[in-house]
Amino acid sequence: MALTVTGLRKTYASKTAVDGISFHVGTHEIVGLLGPNGAGKTTTISMILGVLAPSAGTILIDNIDINTDRSAAMSRTNFAAVYATLPGNMTVAQNLHVFGLMYDVPDLKKRIEDLIVEYDLIALRTQKCGSLSSGEQTRVNLAKAMLNKPRLLLLDEPTASLDPSTARDIRNKIRDFAAKSKGGVLWTSHNMHEVEEVCDRVLFLSHGKILLEGNPRTLPAEHNKANLEELFITVAREPLTLGEK
Amino acid sequence: MNINRMSAIVIRQYYLLRGNKQRFINIFVWVIVDIIMWGFMSRYLNGMTPGSAYNFVPALLGAVLLWDFMVRIMHGLSMAFMEDSWSRNLLNIFASPISVSEYVCGLVLSSIGTGLISLVGMLALATAIFGLSMFSYGVLMFPFLFVLFLTGIALGIFATAIMLKYGPSSEWLVWPIPAVLSPFVGVFYPLAALPHWMQFVSHALPPSYVFENIRAIVAGHEASPISLVWGLALAAGYTGLASLYFVRVYRGILRSGALARYSAEIS
Repeated sequence: MALTVTGLRKTYASKTAVDGISFHVGTHEIVGLLGPNGAGKTTTISMILGVLAPSAGTILIDNIDINTDRSAAMSRTNFAAVYATLPGNMTVAQNLHVFGLMYDVPDLKKRIEDLIVEYDLIALRTQKCGSLSSGEQTRVNLAKAMLNKPRLLLLDEPTASLDPSTARDIRNKIRDFAAKSKGGVLWTSHNMHEVEEVCDRVLFLSHGKILLEGNPRTLPAEHNKANLEELFITVAREPLTLGEK
Repeated sequence: MNINRMSAIVIRQYYLLRGNKQRFINIFVWVIVDIIMWGFMSRYLNGMTPGSAYNFVPALLGAVLLWDFMVRIMHGLSMAFMEDSWSRNLLNIFASPISVSEYVCGLVLSSIGTGLISLVGMLALATAIFGLSMFSYGVLMFPFLFVLFLTGIALGIFATAIMLKYGPSSEWLVWPIPAVLSPFVGVFYPLAALPHWMQFVSHALPPSYVFENIRAIVAGHEASPISLVWGLALAAGYTGLASLYFVRVYRGILRSGALARYSAEIS
């Protein structure tokens, strides 16, 4: 299993952001984590990334508990998010080198060259990341996220602000990763067409709880909705009309 | 402790220095200004006391050089952290396998690099223009440097913990720390010149023991190895305490969510 989350909870003084959720991401699986703003998606992802301590619950990445062996668990994961771009004052190749060392990637030089070719970064390798377009930055972020061939890839709106053509290329690369590698993907997005196209399974979060779970192509019909977007709107506006998991 | 992960922090700083002349010049500019200013001041004071055996070059210029070395170590460590803070890189770093101790060690190694570069620059300038010889302190030069190095590390880790706890805008608290300490440690004057309550603070600060010993050596007296050992013990203790404080702050912001939000904190 790429990721196993059990009874995960995060409470602040007066608020429960994540309320005892349990889910898993299997090998070769792309799971969509969906929900309106404030539902608890980013809190959940932050806890899986080890930058937020849970109030309760366990997180196993590739069957390693991040609470007991954080470095080993984190060496098996990686992430790309629109709010975590790579330092703009270093070049593409320098960033990949620094993060390759940080993830202790074996045969790093070759791995960087392979990723530069795979993510079409040859012409950009000596450019500073801060001078790249958003599409180019996304490709660099994904190349960084693939450096350690992660067992769990976390993607927080990876195609936000990309043109449709670039977004499709990125989706294809991530699908390719899930199919060919030993990893699984946890994906958040507000683009329901994209989620329907890419994800094998989706989890709908609302008020810190998983409200629905299932196949994004069949789930809307199971709840008498025309499509995933309509189901999303219902989760956001009238969650009580849907069953709680 | 993983060497590759620590070296990632050092290599990042190397890339930043190599790719930006202003960053490289910044290592030298302030210390060069200090060496020139205090070098001429030392010469002037020597000229004011003709026939005196007391030499202000090792007493004053040498002390300023050593103080600047400590400040460069502290700023080198803090600046390496600030670079990550300014480029919103902390989320990328702390979501990687690097441990807190590896990250702090990487910052320390970075500051050793920049501190040594500035030390070599200062020594070259002070020796070439003002005839300063650090060997006039004898073998004690090495413990002097080590006490100040450890103090710079302790201050740097403490300053970094402050920025981690209170956010990027708290960097204005960090820059004045050496200036606030300097009146107490007696870089320019003996501790006996201070009022009693200030001397009490001075004795808790490791650099005080270095500068008191420098003045003793220049005046032809014996240095006090016991006081240096005490200074060294204090510096090592403060380094340990600063490291514990950093870990405590890190755990606190991990619980509060401040680390996850850190990149978004601009104010």
